[in-house]
Amino acid sequence: MVTELLQLAIYGVVLGSILTLGAIGVSLIYGILRFAHFAHGDLMALGAYFSLSLVAGLGFPVWASAPFAIVGAALAAIAIDQTVYRHLRKSPPIILLISSFGIAIALRSVIQLVWGPRNQVYASGIQIPWRFEGLVIKPDHVWIVLGAVVLVAALHLFLTRTKMGKAMRAMSDNMDLALVSGIPSERVIMVTWAVGGGLAAVAGIFLGMDTRLHPVMGWSVLLPVFAAAILGGIGRPYGAIAGGMVIGLAMEMSTVVIDPTYKPAVAFALMVIMLVVRPQGLFKGNA
Amino acid sequence: MEMDGLLTYGVFFLTQAGIYAVLALGLNVQYGLTGQINIGIAGFFAVGAYTSAIVTTHPSTAHLGGFNLPFPVGVVAAMATSALVAAAIGRITMRLRSDYLAIATIGIAEIIRLALKNEDWLTNGVRGIPGIPRPFSETLGANPLISLGVVLGFVAFAFWMVERARSAPWGRVLRAIRENEDGVSAAGKDVAHFRLQAFVFGASLMGMAGALYAHFIGFISPEAFLPLYGTFLVWVMLIAGGAGNNWGALVGALAIWVLWSATQFMTDALGAEYATQAGALRVLLIGVLLQVILIARPQGLLPERGARKH
Amino acid sequence: MTLLSIEGLTGGYGGADILHGVDLRVEPGEIVVIIGPNGAGKSTLMKAAFGLVKIKEGAVLFEKRDITPLRPDQIVRQGISYVPQERNVFPSMSVEENLEMGAFIRTDDIRPQMERIYSFFPRLAERRTQIAGSMSGGERQMLAMGRALMLDPKLLLLDEPTAGLSPLFIDQTFERIQKINAAGIGILMVEQNAKQALAVCDRGYVLTMGRNRIDDTGANLLANKDVAEMFLGG
Ligand SMILES: Nc1ncnc2c1ncn2[C@@H]1O[C@H](COP(=O)(O)OP(=O)(O)O)[C@@H](O)[C@H]1O
Ligand SMILES: [Mg+2]
Repeated sequence: MVTELLQLAIYGVVLGSILTLGAIGVSLIYGILRFAHFAHGDLMALGAYFSLSLVAGLGFPVWASAPFAIVGAALAAIAIDQTVYRHLRKSPPIILLISSFGIAIALRSVIQLVWGPRNQVYASGIQIPWRFEGLVIKPDHVWIVLGAVVLVAALHLFLTRTKMGKAMRAMSDNMDLALVSGIPSERVIMVTWAVGGGLAAVAGIFLGMDTRLHPVMGWSVLLPVFAAAILGGIGRPYGAIAGGMVIGLAMEMSTVVIDPTYKPAVAFALMVIMLVVRPQGLFKGNA
Repeated sequence: MEMDGLLTYGVFFLTQAGIYAVLALGLNVQYGLTGQINIGIAGFFAVGAYTSAIVTTHPSTAHLGGFNLPFPVGVVAAMATSALVAAAIGRITMRLRSDYLAIATIGIAEIIRLALKNEDWLTNGVRGIPGIPRPFSETLGANPLISLGVVLGFVAFAFWMVERARSAPWGRVLRAIRENEDGVSAAGKDVAHFRLQAFVFGASLMGMAGALYAHFIGFISPEAFLPLYGTFLVWVMLIAGGAGNNWGALVGALAIWVLWSATQFMTDALGAEYATQAGALRVLLIGVLLQVILIARPQGLLPERGARKH
Repeated sequence: MTLLSIEGLTGGYGGADILHGVDLRVEPGEIVVIIGPNGAGKSTLMKAAFGLVKIKEGAVLFEKRDITPLRPDQIVRQGISYVPQERNVFPSMSVEENLEMGAFIRTDDIRPQMERIYSFFPRLAERRTQIAGSMSGGERQMLAMGRALMLDPKLLLLDEPTAGLSPLFIDQTFERIQKINAAGIGILMVEQNAKQALAVCDRGYVLTMGRNRIDDTGANLLANKDVAEMFLGG
């Protein structure tokens, strides 16, 4: 029993790492652009598929394909913002939300068109897992968690040590004051999309490593990603780390008592409870 | 023969457009009048479809029921069940901001989808429920024209209800909430309560559309609706037609349905081997269309009368 | 050369106009005060000068250049800094980071300017790493001013810098404003403490319902009966 719980906790931390990377992006974008970006899951999927092209097409190892996928997804996010969201900056947030819902659907269609509708994986064959004390750990799991830790640390340094990172926090803190301080909002917005899109790409790749690639993978993970962002207090990227871990662990551990199919329901339930009891999130949110 | 085929297609086409029109009217109550975002339309639609199927089919060991009750009972039950689901979830979420509600509705739809797939005792799981009778087929026969007439009758009924609600004092309160929530609650009105009513009302119409669909197609399964695309189409219909305007909801439903069907002809020309790509391409086109509308004409074809300009 | 010149400014927030043809000017080295009842449009006038309000008619000139069509980040580059009435710090950022953000558009070394601000506001120097949101109102007001001074502007706009402060802090603030001015920075400020403000200013404007009512030297306004009745407590 203890071993089983530990095993589930390992899965939970892996899932939590993936959700965290997605939720940080959602939170950053919410903090600066003030809308819930519903295409974020599909941006994750797009990143995963960029990687697949290099892995399956050119024989890259997954890790080597990641930088290209990060750049690709960052550019895609910026392009979407410039062609669509930018024209809606003065619209109410609700309109941007609907627009991003449309973008989500469009991205998924693009994925189907380019990469086809079937399930795909990065590497065929089974990884040889490490076993000790009855626990099973796949090398991929270690990479995913390590990768997330490194990226979160890098993001922390970016947000606290660089001028642009601080400007992002400033805009999220007080948009009007940022403007009158001379912070160029459009440039900061562009960087925000680049960071959010890049993190989404890695989250997508990790999700693809952990499970498989499928055009619907992004939309399916959107609910837990938002649950994580909301739990952490949407608009607070640091909260997203805690939120991601809580949601990831809860989803995996819950399978002890309920049918694993209903994992998303666990994320949903936690999110709704949080919204009702403490709408500002575990930590004080920006909303 | 040609003529016959065309006629059959026309009837089929209009029936489906009618079902979408009911969905668009339901969404108009929630979004157009009240400003609530429901990304879980397919969930309420499916609840309605399954409810009516269980209520009206012959008894079966494969799923709950059937109870062999007449079609009108099925529709009423469908509306009631959808309304109940909406009320249960709405009681918790109505005090939330609209973007949180939107996320919550994704969750609702997802949970409904999972339940339909996995709760075999209730829904027969992925195998679905066959043999759902056509409306009034026992007395009037299975002529598709009858189904079309029934659907159009329900469209008219739904329109009448929503239009009355919109022009009543109740509808004015909803719009006031949408424009200035704090003002309305300062005036002593229970904002969450009004919101909940609108959410439940809209959901019951979506349930109604689900019932019509089940009886029209005769067979439902979790995969039968392409759930997300359905939800998405309804959104594009309402935005294109003009959110807040019931005529807009009807016009949008028809216009987008024409467009959607026309793209099918276009992509069919590509041949069967490209069928999945063609489907994706159609969705992509509609997705782009939505962006164009939101940027170029956010008020839609028929703008809401007396609406504030953004 | 006149530092700031507002000419016949009409505009508002998109609905009805708030300002109806307001004129105002600030000469180099001056302290100019705007007083007027609540809702007169004083804050709106400040924002209009900073490109944050829809301007229908009239113009804002800075050193003879028309800055009416510029964005806030372009106006900052001309040498104007603005301290809004409310929400004038970045609450989740440290004192140091707030000052850094004030200097965002500078590409040179900002340390010397930051040290100058710290020596001008020793209280801030003690709290470099404190989060702005956890500071007292008076400290936040200092930080807001410090942030605006990071660019070493030619003109500083202050919207009610003494609002909500204790009398001791109010006196200190006026002294500081005079010191800033003594360093050659022009000051345009909105004030509710009309008596003190008029006492330190060169010239003042009385604004009511979005229009110029009276403008005169500080001393004359202090002696003016109408002004005394309206703003100086009889
Ligand atoms: N952001 C805004 N949007 C719309 N109207 C505003 C806004 N800010 C202020 N107003 C209105 O403009 C008028 C003048 O306000 P303001 O300039 O703040 O006055 P003052 O600073 O003189 O007290 C008031 O009627 C106020 O309601
Ligand atoms: Mg003011």
